[in-house]
Amino acid sequence: MTVKDVEKDPANLTMVVTAEFDSPVERVWQLWADPRQLERWWGPPTYPATVVDHHLEPGGTVTYFMTGPEGDKHQGWWRVLAVDAPRSLELEDGFADDTGAPNPDLPTTTMRMVLSAQSGLTRMVITTTFPSREAMDQLVQMGMDEGLRAALAQMDDILAA
Amino acid sequence: MVVGIGAPEPGEAERIDRLFHALADPTRRDIVRVVLHGEESVSALAQRYPMSFAAVQKHVAVLERAELVRKRRQGREQLVSGDIETLRSVNRLLDQYEAIWRDRIGRMDEILAETGDEIETTSKERNR
Repeated sequence: MTVKDVEKDPANLTMVVTAEFDSPVERVWQLWADPRQLERWWGPPTYPATVVDHHLEPGGTVTYFMTGPEGDKHQGWWRVLAVDAPRSLELEDGFADDTGAPNPDLPTTTMRMVLSAQSGLTRMVITTTFPSREAMDQLVQMGMDEGLRAALAQMDDILAA
Repeated sequence: MVVGIGAPEPGEAERIDRLFHALADPTRRDIVRVVLHGEESVSALAQRYPMSFAAVQKHVAVLERAELVRKRRQGREQLVSGDIETLRSVNRLLDQYEAIWRDRIGRMDEILAETGDEIETTSKERNR
């Protein structure tokens, strides 16, 4: 397990995840900078991601969709706020409607990712900030729905075996 | 508040068992789906399925024990809604985000391990 630390700060609506990888900084950066690598880790196996647009530059966007077990598609986007390759990336992470346009009714989160070399390892620190408690509530309910779907997909696999 | 990495809470395994048992039945899965979108009476639910009121009531009880739904009385009606109260806590959401990121980082590890093998093979070949 390469996750080293998880700090949750409900008062400030942030979560900080720290991980370490036995790979150079440039290699870990590629996980974010190469859309083919990004889509292999962003979505869970039951909801694999397909990256459509990928412009890692300030003001640039990354768009993707996740395909569910029943062929259902869920679109999402990043709006890039700042990039300092291969060290840091700051972006807004949100949902889109069926046409791929940002859905203003669903909450967006802000994410900052920083890579640093630490005695032969690469440390990755991801800070996620939620805009409001209401947004968190909304995301919980969506997560519940998604979690339920994932549980059902697993259940179907077990029953089919 | 800072929450560290810890083992699953005691009772968590039983809770997950109840959850999976509750979701193993297609009628119960459908009831959860319906009441997550809005409160429904047991009698209205009973009309949706080709079974008795008592049978539906039993399904609702299983879901209630798994904390997937909650029930309240209004006159002669029993109203069922998706139990999202516990899920509403901020920590619960953060737990989900933590799980999402742990999974993602696990997948990152797998991708990095693949490339590591490739590099190893290449250097071995070079050394031959």
